[in-house]
Amino acid sequence: METSSRVPARPLQYGRGLRPLSIATVVAFAASLSLVFFYAPLEAEQGFLQKIFYVHVPLAIVALCGFVLGGLLAIQHLRTRDPRWDMRSYVVIHMSLIFALATLITGSIWAKGSWGHWWVWSEPTLVSFLIIFLLYATYQPLRFAIEDPERQARYASVFAITAGAFVPLNYVAVNLSTAYLHPRVFGSTSNLPASMSFTLLVSLVAMALLFATLCKFELTAKHARSQMRALRRRLAGESLDAPRGRSAAPAIPHATASGAGRVVAAPTAGRAVL
Amino acid sequence: MSALGLVVAELPALPLHTAGKYVAAAYIVLFLVVLIYVAIMGIRLSHLERDLGELLSLTASSPEEEHPAEPAPDTGVGAAEQQSDAQRESAPA
Repeated sequence: METSSRVPARPLQYGRGLRPLSIATVVAFAASLSLVFFYAPLEAEQGFLQKIFYVHVPLAIVALCGFVLGGLLAIQHLRTRDPRWDMRSYVVIHMSLIFALATLITGSIWAKGSWGHWWVWSEPTLVSFLIIFLLYATYQPLRFAIEDPERQARYASVFAITAGAFVPLNYVAVNLSTAYLHPRVFGSTSNLPASMSFTLLVSLVAMALLFATLCKFELTAKHARSQMRALRRRLAGESLDAPRGRSAAPAIPHATASGAGRVVAAPTAGRAVL
Repeated sequence: MSALGLVVAELPALPLHTAGKYVAAAYIVLFLVVLIYVAIMGIRLSHLERDLGELLSLTASSPEEEHPAEPAPDTGVGAAEQQSDAQRESAPA
């Protein structure tokens, strides 16, 4: 199924830089955990329970930033019609959704330890984050509902931009709310000591590196699989224009050495580009 | 006592009282997320390895005489067509 999308002339190598990124992630996480448990002091009110924040807050920040980043990548896709940007937006949103789920779970664990309840519906921060999570949970079904790859990529990009704009608006709205119980980590009410702020910063860097590494792993794996399918079709002498199966995942373009490329059908889900 | 044991003995004890189980649970969630992802990637890698094995057997069982190299499939544009044309022209009759 040929598309009119522009396909990059240079061969893609998603795996480039994966090893140093992975090593940096492991080192950052080791430093983060060491600081959390052996450097950061115990918080006066919450005591040891406050250690959850060093995983919960970075998870939330990285997930929300990932959603916004997905929207920015989608803007780039609509501007250039290059399917690479759609693929990146898809992977970033997919990973952010997993991080957001982990945020909800760790937040619930903290709420149970601190408030005695797994969930408090009257707390705007919790409910607004849940709304964002549920909003992005519809992203995959939306993609899957559209069979045509061009339309699928376009509609998904529009969704990602709209939802991505909703995230900062939601953050501002929650901050304007006066009746919150949820502790503020950043902002005027924050009075974290330097040792805690430093630990939180290192944890945030470690989480961001983990996010970047997992996204890169995902892109590399999808790219390798699409190349394998394309090679299989070529070796089997099958037509490259056979109709593709329905899939939520976008096409991964990769250029041949000659620079020409196109989207072709995959035997099952997904597509390959030759 | 080993060097690691000495280091561990010097570290301050963690106050794992009532809050310990909640903190442990939160960090286990993060660990599980990464672990599940690694497991999924492992499954994908095994599929990739299997596919690669099939392709290798396909190339081994299909000598070039049975499946002569075909020109680049249909609408290869630009440089791809030129390259395949050049290959056809340079091939011996």
